[in-house]
Amino acid sequence: MSARSEPVLRAPQSRTKTSPVSASGPFEFTLALGDDALVAAQRLAEWTSRAPEMEEDVALSNIALDQLGAARLLLTYAGELEGAGRDEDALAYLRDDREFRNCLLVELPNGDFAVTMAKLFFLAAYQLPLYTALAGCGDEQLAAIGGKARKESAYHLDHAALWVRRLGDGTGESHRRMQAAVDGTWPYVHELFAADPAAPVDPATLRADFDATVTTVLAEATLTRPESGWAPAGGRDGVHTEHLSYLLAEMQVLHRAHPGARW
Amino acid sequence: MYGNDFAAVDAPDGGLLGQVEAAEAALRAAAARGRGGAVAAGADPESYFADVINADQKIEPRDWMPEAYRRTLIRQIAQHAHSEIVGMQPEGNWISRAPSLKRKAILLAKVQDEAGHGLYLYAAAETLGVSRDELVDLLLSGRQKYSSIFNYPTLTWADVGVVGWLVDGAAIVNQVPLCRCSYGPYARAMIRVCKEESFHQRQGYEILHTLAHGTPAQKAMAQDAVDRWWYPSLAMFGPPDGDSTHSAQSMAWKIKRFSNDELRQRFVDMCVQQAETLGLTLPDPGLRWNPERQAYDFTQPDYDELMRVISGDGPCNRQRMAHRRRAHAEGAWVREAAAAYAAKRARHEERVAA
Ligand SMILES: [Fe+2]
Ligand SMILES: [Fe+2]
Repeated sequence: MSARSEPVLRAPQSRTKTSPVSASGPFEFTLALGDDALVAAQRLAEWTSRAPEMEEDVALSNIALDQLGAARLLLTYAGELEGAGRDEDALAYLRDDREFRNCLLVELPNGDFAVTMAKLFFLAAYQLPLYTALAGCGDEQLAAIGGKARKESAYHLDHAALWVRRLGDGTGESHRRMQAAVDGTWPYVHELFAADPAAPVDPATLRADFDATVTTVLAEATLTRPESGWAPAGGRDGVHTEHLSYLLAEMQVLHRAHPGARW
Repeated sequence: MYGNDFAAVDAPDGGLLGQVEAAEAALRAAAARGRGGAVAAGADPESYFADVINADQKIEPRDWMPEAYRRTLIRQIAQHAHSEIVGMQPEGNWISRAPSLKRKAILLAKVQDEAGHGLYLYAAAETLGVSRDELVDLLLSGRQKYSSIFNYPTLTWADVGVVGWLVDGAAIVNQVPLCRCSYGPYARAMIRVCKEESFHQRQGYEILHTLAHGTPAQKAMAQDAVDRWWYPSLAMFGPPDGDSTHSAQSMAWKIKRFSNDELRQRFVDMCVQQAETLGLTLPDPGLRWNPERQAYDFTQPDYDELMRVISGDGPCNRQRMAHRRRAHAEGAWVREAAAAYAAKRARHEERVAA
């Protein structure tokens, strides 16, 4: 598709703030990336024992484990940056949905396998340049996390891109489903690149890389890049879809039922 | 196999990992010895087969084997593979709600291991001339079974601990002797699987240890799970020896090496000590050391219940099968797309090469 028809970058449509730039201190930034990875892991793990092939069950668990591993490093570090004594579990289990800073893309329901692959493809095409940039940033801890996570993201991107091509250029039914999945999830990618010049890595700088990857793979997959101008946002400000609260209710239920217990 | 609690089929770590390693060493030694000595290569296939078995060598896929040996192995390996795949469901039931991120990661990796075990075992069965697709069909149509233990529900987080400690523990007790099974590919798969199962068992034990030393509510949760899983775990070893079909032939072929009751006893003896260390009580008032037998006396599980569960009327049989069938049916369009894409690529490459 045309690399010229660059989608217009939108400011987050936050209902709580008028500023287009979310809070960009290292804590908020690290927390947002940790929340992206955690919520992505939670969704991917829902596929366990349900994947279309046994090999794919293993692959999806692998990717979920990578996301969970990155989430744990990021949330632990966010807790240190905050300096209020919150560890990874306090951050994961004891915040409500309005305090989560993940993008909306990761919290969307899994849908069919095509929707899951569209979500993973867009997420990995964003996380790969993000972690790569992070690996070279001035914060040593973030650089170490980025260095580890970018290798994993490269695999996630390969895996998702392979499925996007297989489904896009597979059968009539798979093509229809894959195109519908791309159309349905595409609006949620814009939020990922909202400018935040003060952050350790400004997400706006990652957009060109993302667009190049997406354009190539969608073309190989015989899929069309949507032109929708709708750009839902708000995740970075804690204004989520209706889905996140349910996801967290399930994730947090046991931990919250036993306050102070060790596991 | 996971257990012997299948439909009428024959058949943690108390030094079990050491036995796995010994079996692995024996396998290597046997391979190094080759078959030259005890086994006459020129003999007719039937006596060659018998000689290989007698010499504790391995039968390999290219070797002649009696049709009944092949059928027995296919059924046993397939049912073991099905057990790994269906077993992902009760364990996977707690991934989304695991109470800490560390426990979530360990559990997710464990359930992933089970999928891996299923894959190696289907591959081992395929060496006997049957395809994975055929075996999956046999499972989905109910003509082959999986271990009945997975027809029980995992109701609390403590069940994840108990499944690791008791169910993986019983699976290891069953599987360690299979590391010396006469069929090479199965023996080798079992060595790999047993090593991972012993991690699972240790992780389960560790979950229970934490709960048993936690808040009163956590301790009660752990005891409740032990109370519910103890007898079904004992039933994993299958019916008592007197009622077990297939066993004698499997023993002669060195597929099976110990009887159901011998393995069950070994499991009980291993668990008593571990339960004490955990500070949890095994729900058996009849459990006591018998100095004459040098083993614990214990109450047998309810074998009528085992038969009901095997015949399809356990708490979760319908749910487990519906889950498997739904995943398979919902994945059909994806598998078709992958095949269509691969065919297009192959045609494309032919054109490029031409
Ligand atoms: Fe297993
Ligand atoms: Fe296991």
